[in-house]
Amino acid sequence: MTFTIPIDNGDAVKNAEADSQRTLYPYVTGTSIVAIKYKDGVLMASDMGGSYGSTLRYKNIERVKAIGKHSLLGASGEISDFQEILRYLDELVLNDNMWDDGNSFGPKEVHNYLTRVMYNRRNKFNPLWNTLVLGGVKNGESYLGMVSMIGVSFEDNHVATGFGNHLARPILRDEWRADLSFEEGVKLLEKCMRVLLYRDRSAINKLQIAKITEEGVTVSQPYSLKTFWEFQAFHNPTAGAQGSW
Amino acid sequence: MDLNLDAPHSMGTTIIGVTYNGGVVLGADSRTSTGMYVANRASDKITQLTDNVYVCRSGSAADSQVVSDYVRYFLHQHTIQLGQPATVKVSANLIRMLAYNNKNMLQTGLIVGGWDKYEGGKIYGIPLGGTVVEQPFAIGGSGSSYLYGFFDQAWKENMTKEEAEQLVVKAVSLAIARDGASGGVVRTVIINSEGVTRNFYPGDKLQLWHEELEPQNSLLDILNSAGPEPMAI
Repeated sequence: MTFTIPIDNGDAVKNAEADSQRTLYPYVTGTSIVAIKYKDGVLMASDMGGSYGSTLRYKNIERVKAIGKHSLLGASGEISDFQEILRYLDELVLNDNMWDDGNSFGPKEVHNYLTRVMYNRRNKFNPLWNTLVLGGVKNGESYLGMVSMIGVSFEDNHVATGFGNHLARPILRDEWRADLSFEEGVKLLEKCMRVLLYRDRSAINKLQIAKITEEGVTVSQPYSLKTFWEFQAFHNPTAGAQGSW
Repeated sequence: MDLNLDAPHSMGTTIIGVTYNGGVVLGADSRTSTGMYVANRASDKITQLTDNVYVCRSGSAADSQVVSDYVRYFLHQHTIQLGQPATVKVSANLIRMLAYNNKNMLQTGLIVGGWDKYEGGKIYGIPLGGTVVEQPFAIGGSGSSYLYGFFDQAWKENMTKEEAEQLVVKAVSLAIARDGASGGVVRTVIINSEGVTRNFYPGDKLQLWHEELEPQNSLLDILNSAGPEPMAI
């Protein structure tokens, strides 16, 4: 349901932009999502932060949500647009259930739907300001894909958004294997999340890791990671050059 | 990162919403400014939506007024059709609908707070962009920048009504001390199962902070009163 406040734009013929809107910039944003396929399915990690410019304003935002029975959606970018996407997906899943035909949308279908939505919005110059990560398992097959706000869409064994692209993916390229156990997968994601915590200004130390397998979805409780500061070089870095950093 | 996040420019006001054991306390300052001029030094930024739901308004005065007017109208109809008081969640979602769908035009951050029989006291923050966030407490407006650290330290769960109101008054007062766009009086609205209470704390009745002095009628009073002996050994 939408409601746009009616404004008298005068001559609607001359004012061609009377009804068109465009999203100009994001306000409340989530930072990286990191996800990997592993032996039994897919693991997805995100922190619980919602930044407002440079202020770390919200610290309890869940950026990974279960979709239907077989999928997990993680989002970075504008949170209000993510909330809107969840409403679209609610409707999608509802209609899927109403068919009552024993079938239910798997991750491939949801990823395709989201790709269409994101690309069509991009074409109208009114994007949903998100990068989405879609993971899931159906009929024993694991699936992991990504869609950006400009409609770029692809699948891979490991994906990351935002800063994760630069900091997490190199780690994953080096250390990911198809037969990772749950414990190994979690350790690998935590390694990535820790680096992001050190190096991403908009990261906060409160994260959730979600798991999806053939059995279903579990989202962990929020928790914090220990960080390491005891390098010798950290203790007195300017001893040899006063005034430097 | 090349993201031009363009965080919104300063919004006049300090607004706060806090849940406590039994309801919510909403608080706000009373300054409305046009540029550097204080257009209204005693405005009421805590606006009624229904008998049991109120909203704190910040940002553009016009935008926040028109949004709350529409939502009051919708909620009135909704209450008639529903046959019972609207819930705080529904009120928040109606505000969200307007805030999100008109995000390009509106410049207003809102805090919705109230009490209903299903969920008790609830606070929903709705910043620019139209995100809805349910929170145990929420702060907003330009003055809120000065309160993040304060609340990180001073907030606790399950406060009493008196503790919650004192916290709100203290916080708005601290923000007024440092934010040029906030000032005037502190207004609070307490909402619980018993109803709604409005309170008013004028500027001169608030606690003094760092480098603030006790207000006097005149210098003459200071000079005429007994002063300390100069240079006495």
